[in-house]
Amino acid sequence: MIAFILRRIVQSILVMLVVALVSFSLFRYVGDPVATMLGQEATLQDRAELRERLGLNDPIVVQFWDFLSRAVTGDFGLSYRLQQPVMELILSRLPATLELALISGIVAFIVGVGLGVYTALNRRGVGSNSIMAVSLIGVSLPTFLIGVLLIWVFAVELQWLPSFGRGETVDLGSWTTGFLTESGRASLVLPVITLGLYQMTLIMRLVRSEMLEVLRTDYIKFARARGLSNRAINFGHALKNTLVPVITIAGLQMGSIIAFAIITETVFQWPGVGALFINSVQFVDVPVMAAYLLLISFIFVVINLIVDLLYYVVDPRLRVDRAAPGH
Amino acid sequence: MAEPLLSVRDLVVEFPTRRGTLTAINKVSFDIHPGEVLGVVGESGAGKSLTGAAIIGLLEPPGRIAGGEIRLRGERIDHLTREAMRRIRGKRIGMVFQDPLTSLNPLYTVSQQLTETILTHLPVSRKEARERAIALLDRVGIPAARRRIDDYPHHFSGGMRQRVVIALALAAEPELVIADEPTTALDVSVQAQIIDLIKEICMERGASVMLITHDMGVIAETADRVAVLYAGRLAEIGPVHDVITKAEHPYTKGLMGSIPTLSHDEDRLVQIPGSMPRLTAIPTGCAFNPRCGEAFAKCHVDRPDPIERPDNRQVACWLYEKESAHV
Repeated sequence: MIAFILRRIVQSILVMLVVALVSFSLFRYVGDPVATMLGQEATLQDRAELRERLGLNDPIVVQFWDFLSRAVTGDFGLSYRLQQPVMELILSRLPATLELALISGIVAFIVGVGLGVYTALNRRGVGSNSIMAVSLIGVSLPTFLIGVLLIWVFAVELQWLPSFGRGETVDLGSWTTGFLTESGRASLVLPVITLGLYQMTLIMRLVRSEMLEVLRTDYIKFARARGLSNRAINFGHALKNTLVPVITIAGLQMGSIIAFAIITETVFQWPGVGALFINSVQFVDVPVMAAYLLLISFIFVVINLIVDLLYYVVDPRLRVDRAAPGH
Repeated sequence: MAEPLLSVRDLVVEFPTRRGTLTAINKVSFDIHPGEVLGVVGESGAGKSLTGAAIIGLLEPPGRIAGGEIRLRGERIDHLTREAMRRIRGKRIGMVFQDPLTSLNPLYTVSQQLTETILTHLPVSRKEARERAIALLDRVGIPAARRRIDDYPHHFSGGMRQRVVIALALAAEPELVIADEPTTALDVSVQAQIIDLIKEICMERGASVMLITHDMGVIAETADRVAVLYAGRLAEIGPVHDVITKAEHPYTKGLMGSIPTLSHDEDRLVQIPGSMPRLTAIPTGCAFNPRCGEAFAKCHVDRPDPIERPDNRQVACWLYEKESAHV
C-alpha cells in the first residue's frame, strides 16, 4: 500500500514536470513578452535591457531551472498586464472558482447518483424515460448555450436571479466567500447549474448503467433469496457496488469542472481564475497563463491521487492488509 | 402420507416474448415431504432452475407463473404480495446458488451479510445475531469461525465460500432449502463434502431439500426421491433407488445409460440421439417422441400425463397406460 502511494506520487511528479515544461515553453513561443510589456515606442536599448533583466538571454536549461525552482515556491513572477505578482492574482481569484466548482461538483454528484438510482430501479416508468430523454439534452448541449439560455429565462425574462458576477462577498482573511450573503448565494445558482449539468447527466447515466449491471449479479439475486428488504438490497448492496467505478469518474470530473469553469465564468462574468486566464490569453500575459496551467494540472493530479486512495477505502479486495490464506 | 411440506400442482411458467409466449414449465406437479431430499434432474434448459426460482418467487421478469399452484404447508404462496413473499424467502425457504464465487457481495464482510440476514428474519439483538452467525459458520465447517467471521468473501476459497453461502441460506432456519446446482462450480474434491454438509445440516434441522443438479451420481447418493424433468415437463418421479435401477420412462433410461461407471467395462457411453427441443419447437404429443425409440402413434398426438405406478412412482409415458389399467 505504501509502495503503491509512493509510486503514484512519483508518477504525479513526472506529470507535473512535463506540464511545467509545456507552460515554460509558453514563455518562448507565445508572442514576445518584451514587445507586449514595452509597447511599440520602446527603443532597442530598452528592449535589450528588459530582455537581460527578465533573464531571457540565459541558456534554456538555466531558464527552465529558474522557472521550476521559483514555481515550487509559488513565485511565477509579475503579470505582464497588471504588474502584480501572479500568485497573488491567482489566490485572490481562486476562492470564487473553487466555491463554484465545489458546489457544482456536489450538486452534480448528489443529483446524478439520485436520478441514476431512480432510473435504474424504475427502468420502465414514464418518469425515468423522460429523465433519460432530458439527460440527452444535458449531455449534448454545449455549456455556453445552457448558460445563455438560463440567463435568458431566469435573469432576463423572469428576473429571479442575477445574470453575472458573484453578488456581495464576505472577506474571511485570505478567502472571500459568497456563501454568507443572499446575493452571493443567488448568484451561484445559475453558474452552478450551467457548470454541473453536463457532469450530472454523465454521472446519472453512468450510475444507471452500473446499477442495472449490479442488479443482475448473483449476489443481488442471493440477497433477494435471503429475503432482505428492497431497501437493504437497493441502497445497501447494489448502490455500494455501483459507486466503486462511479467514484473514479466523479473524481476525475471534479478536475474537469475546475478546468472547464473557464467557459461558465466567461458567460457569467464570474471573477474566478478561469476568467483571469481568458483575459490573460487576450493580452498574452504568459506568466499568468503558465501559472494557471500548472495550478490546474496540480489540482488534477491531487484529485487523481485521492481517487486512487478512495478505491482502497471502498473496495476491500484491494486492501492487502494481511496475509489472508484462503484454503 | 402426512401433509407435504411443499406441494406444486400443474405449475406453468411462461415467458411472453415478441414472437409469442414461451412455456418454459408446463404443468409440473410434485410434492416434497418434511425432512425429505428431492433430487431434480434434467438437461440444461429442462426447467430445473426455473422451477426453483418459481417456488421461491424469484422468476426474472418477464417470466411469470401462468398457472397451477404452489403450497407451502397447505398455504398458497404463488399469489402472495411481494412483501409477504419476501418474508418467506430466507425465513421459510432458503436457497443456495450455483456459484459461490459470485453469490456473496464482495464489499461486505461475511459477518455483515450473516447478521443482516438473521436480523431481517429473527427477533434477536445485534449481539445475539453475531453469536448465531459464529455458531453457524462453525457448524458449516469454517475453521476458527470467530476469527474469520470479519473477513471479506475474497479471503475464502470456493469451497469455503459455498459453506458461507449455506450458512446464509440456513441463517433463519428455513423449512425448505432449494439448492440449485450447489456444486457445479466447485472442485470435484470439495463437491462431495458440500453435498454431505447440505444433507447433514438439513437433516439435523428437519429441513427438506430440493436438490437441483444434472449430476446423477449426486442424486443417487443424496436424494430420497428424484424428479426427472424434460423440456419443462415432468417425465418421471419416484424413490431414487427405483428410478435409478429400474427407470421406466425411455428418457430416464437413456439418462441412466449415459452415466459412466468404473465397474462395467463399456467401450462407449450410451447417448440419447438428438437433443432436447427448443421451447419454440416442442413437438405435439410427448415432448420426447422424436428421440424416443419406443414411440408409437399416440405419442405423436397426445401428451401423456403422469401415470401412477406401483411403489409411489409416476411416469408420464403412454407405454405404461395399459399396464397400469390392469393394476
